[in-house]
Amino acid sequence: MSEFLQLLISGLTVGAVYALVALGFTLIYNASDVINFAQGDFVMIGGMGTVFLMAAGLSLPIAALIAVLGAVIVGLLLHRLAIEPARGASPVTLIMITIGASIFIRGAAQIVFDKQFHTLPAFSGADPINIAGAAILPQSLWVLAGAIILFVALYLFLTRTLTGKALIATAANRLAARLVGINVRVMLGLAFGLSAAMGALAGILVAPITLTRYDIGLIFALKGFAAAMVGGMGSPQGALVGGLLIGILEAFGAGYISSAYKDAVAFLAILLVLFVMPRGLFGSKSVERV
Amino acid sequence: MSKSLLKSRFLPLVVLAVIVAIVPLVAPSGFYLRVAALVWTFSLAAMGLTILMGYAGQVSLGHAGFLGIGAYSVALGPEYLGLHSLVSVALGAVLAGLIAWIVGRPILKLKGYYLAIATLGFGMIVSLVITGESDITGGPDGMKVARATLFGLKLSGASTWYWVTAGVMLIGAAIALNIGASPTGRALRALHDSEVAASATGIDVASKKLNAFVLAAIYGAVAGGLIGLMNGLVTPDIAGFMNSIELVAMVIIGGLGSVFGAVVGAAFLVVLPQALTALHDYEQMVLGLLIMVFMIFLPAGIVPALRKIWTERAA
Repeated sequence: MSEFLQLLISGLTVGAVYALVALGFTLIYNASDVINFAQGDFVMIGGMGTVFLMAAGLSLPIAALIAVLGAVIVGLLLHRLAIEPARGASPVTLIMITIGASIFIRGAAQIVFDKQFHTLPAFSGADPINIAGAAILPQSLWVLAGAIILFVALYLFLTRTLTGKALIATAANRLAARLVGINVRVMLGLAFGLSAAMGALAGILVAPITLTRYDIGLIFALKGFAAAMVGGMGSPQGALVGGLLIGILEAFGAGYISSAYKDAVAFLAILLVLFVMPRGLFGSKSVERV
Repeated sequence: MSKSLLKSRFLPLVVLAVIVAIVPLVAPSGFYLRVAALVWTFSLAAMGLTILMGYAGQVSLGHAGFLGIGAYSVALGPEYLGLHSLVSVALGAVLAGLIAWIVGRPILKLKGYYLAIATLGFGMIVSLVITGESDITGGPDGMKVARATLFGLKLSGASTWYWVTAGVMLIGAAIALNIGASPTGRALRALHDSEVAASATGIDVASKKLNAFVLAAIYGAVAGGLIGLMNGLVTPDIAGFMNSIELVAMVIIGGLGSVFGAVVGAAFLVVLPQALTALHDYEQMVLGLLIMVFMIFLPAGIVPALRKIWTERAA
């Protein structure tokens, strides 16, 4: 039982991070119909940026803030310099552009930072808390709480503020949004900036647990992607549920079956979902099928 | 050059054969022949993708999985089954074709992003299985590949491999060009433009797509087998995501739908890292930047763009 609980908690912890990455995908996908493969690299920028700024003598909150701002700038540049000039391109072209961007960011991170693994100190001590025989790291609670706060904040932003509603309108119908006077270009930039901020925050929260390195973006992108797929591409609730589900399945797969195939869980989940229920758990947009 | 040859579908083949014949005359050392042999092998894999992506309009972000199947066939076949290397290449090709035929049916029902992601998932699973079954495959360290022999002679040395890979590549190019001009090729191009229109004219869209996928898998597996034999070592990297991306980049940068473009794209992406060894730290950045720049400013690829300039000048 305690092993079960232990696996569940570690699954929920990484799952919360996947959910945040998936939420980033969802925001950009809804607003611009682009699947952004560089989403995972925002996670890396958040974690690595904070590590290096702290090494330069800044305190954790200041370092984290600057790292998030850095990720937002990269997100905005990605939109402005790579996505916007390719307007109207085919999905394959757009995928390759964001993959190119991801490779570029990784290459740049290799030079700006280094090629070593890094870790952040846990935010509030490293002594595990004992709950029903399972040892829980305080950092796990930080990750879970952080994810919940971000979700709620995003939900309130999208439903309660005019800007948020304009963003939703843009996602629903770009032409109609433009007709009622919404600056679509600003909204698309906002989607990229928000996604970047969310990814970077996820990266900072999880860095004390999973370590960070210049090339961790790819695996987070792929997992977040699987989460978005399972939940239903374009659905924020789906991103949350899908992320937690992928995290839990992965933890149980590693614990009870084989740790060598931990990563395979996400990809099997993608294939299974696509074949059995291509709209995912919460998907509303229909998948084109022949 | 006469006009009929310029318009002939075999012009790329003639040009390729001429290039194949010239390179050894101007190559200053065996190293250049080795790089050229790698270009021919990746060209072969890219041609397979040209049939799938260029002709049929279906993307695969997991194609390196088939290269991995081919490469590990030439490693595992002689080691565990005592098979001849060349038999292993053939077996790997058959196996890849069979797997493509099985997974292709459900996967190819998907379109656009969803197809891209499904193929990506497939490729990742192949690479995870290769890494995970470390008792058999040696895991992340990879495994040695026994030297291939042909009629009692060992296949080794840069110049031998140059001619072997060039030969196989030219055969692959001839087949791809033939398919492109055949009724199947026309059917594939038709469904590239509009699947609905294609099916309305009586084309069995699902089976044509599946044929293209299986063919592309076989091209990939043969290329993977050649790489394994040439290097004498295989590692899971060959089936990895980056390799899949580079293959797609080769096809698009060279020119989607052009067999000659596949070779140009392969040459570009194989030679570039060699040229950038001095700037080793910047290699990834340059690769990422190039992919972005080409996708944004030259989405049709090098060869079609040059062809357009050429025909406009002639007119």
